[in-house]
Amino acid sequence: MKIGVVGIGHGVFGRRNDATVQELAFEPFKEAMEDAGITQNDIDATVIGSSPEYHKQRSLPGVVTEYIGMNPKPAFLTEAACASSSAALYSAYGFIKSGMFDIVAVIGVQKMMELSTPEILALMGRVGDVQWESNFGTTFPGYYAMYARRHMHEFGTTEEQMAMVALKNHFYGAKNPKARFQKEVTMEKIMSSEMVASPLKIFDCCANADGAACIIVANEENAKKISDTSVWLEGVGSATAPFSVLNRPSISTIPSAVEAAKSAYKMADVEPKDIQVADVHDCFTIAEIMAYEDLRFCKRGEGGKFIEEKQTYIGGKIPVNVDGGLKSKGHPVGATGISMAYEAVKQLRGEAGERQVSGAEVALTHNVGGIGQYCFVNIYKR
Amino acid sequence: MGFERFGKVSFAPFTKVSKFVDFLDEGKIKGTVCKKCGTFHFPPRGDCVSCTSSEIDWKEISGKGKLVTYTTIHAAPQGFEDDKPYTLAMVDLEEGGRALGWIEGLDEKALSIGMALKLEIKKLKDDRLTFVLRR
Repeated sequence: MKIGVVGIGHGVFGRRNDATVQELAFEPFKEAMEDAGITQNDIDATVIGSSPEYHKQRSLPGVVTEYIGMNPKPAFLTEAACASSSAALYSAYGFIKSGMFDIVAVIGVQKMMELSTPEILALMGRVGDVQWESNFGTTFPGYYAMYARRHMHEFGTTEEQMAMVALKNHFYGAKNPKARFQKEVTMEKIMSSEMVASPLKIFDCCANADGAACIIVANEENAKKISDTSVWLEGVGSATAPFSVLNRPSISTIPSAVEAAKSAYKMADVEPKDIQVADVHDCFTIAEIMAYEDLRFCKRGEGGKFIEEKQTYIGGKIPVNVDGGLKSKGHPVGATGISMAYEAVKQLRGEAGERQVSGAEVALTHNVGGIGQYCFVNIYKR
Repeated sequence: MGFERFGKVSFAPFTKVSKFVDFLDEGKIKGTVCKKCGTFHFPPRGDCVSCTSSEIDWKEISGKGKLVTYTTIHAAPQGFEDDKPYTLAMVDLEEGGRALGWIEGLDEKALSIGMALKLEIKKLKDDRLTFVLRR
């Protein structure tokens, strides 16, 4: 039995001082139902992906399902830090595959901007081990900075190459009406931006944001009934890596991404060269470079050269993050996984407008949770 | 109890390896060795990841290690605003295991991956203890 995507929705990401968390969730949910041409009555369950620590409101599945009109159907929450909603989609996949539900709504939602930047830095830093790491004032950019420094040492990757990732993603972000930053930037501006955690500068980092995205998935029978343009979720991969960086053999790669990619490629029966468009987890520019390597778009150590040669622009070997990535869209941690799914489906339907990769039939998403503790790789086909 | 004294701030006051802090008081940095299978852990663990035994011995380490990677934090989290900029580094320890700590007495520019560093105990105010990495 195949699993099809029947509806997608994407809220506006950014500082959303106009909405509560459940109000944010409502926007893409409504859009996805309209996209599918179905109502709440047709949907069997809701799975929500979010990092609950950011919200004052406790127990998100309850408050969201009431507001979107999904009572009394069952609801669940999955948490995998920045990959929380990919975990939700993975769970929905399993629910449908098992025959328990026919149609499931998956919502990724996050409200972060009610907290101050130092509060967010402290909260995110605690996605490292709090017993042996956080008491030294680690931060999320700090961890990726340490990956970057090691990658530079092992492979000769440069700060300029990292900046080129930001340059590309802002170039495409300018073409995405749902992105937080819809503006191109220059190399000079990136390179001269303020240092956050050396060698990462502010333009190497994605921005915090509020936002939500939704995808409605169905079993093959229902998917065919609901839509004649279904996109199929043909490969799902999920893996974990040691929580603490102190227990990782190598810190110039994300081992969970390597494993998740392996599973997804195998399940979808494709190879890296078959992927025609990809959304990868560019929480930091170095993260996108490591993703090229972990997904085997290029050889290990050649990620820097890959962006320098513009291989990930439209027209290159494999266009990556042509929706602007986390870098331009902003990163409402719980919403990001489904935001990626939204882009994959848009591309395969040929609805991506100015950023369309022409004729794309196979798309990949790569969503990393935390500092690499979780990774989900999904492959979609038309 | 006891572990709440480790580090500038504590997020994990209760642990099976709280004796670690008592050893710091004695001027010793110790990891754990599994009595059953001999696996060495640093940071220490109360339960062996290899064989699941919970019988452990403590073993003092030299503190000697090699620099794996580092960063200087300019945007600091809550509670560390007054310390910035500060340099964090990871070292692979001679006896096995890895540690993360603050660099002290060395400029970031003087660091190079692979160089020898030493983990040393440092007393903080309010009877707190931590370790730092020095040349």
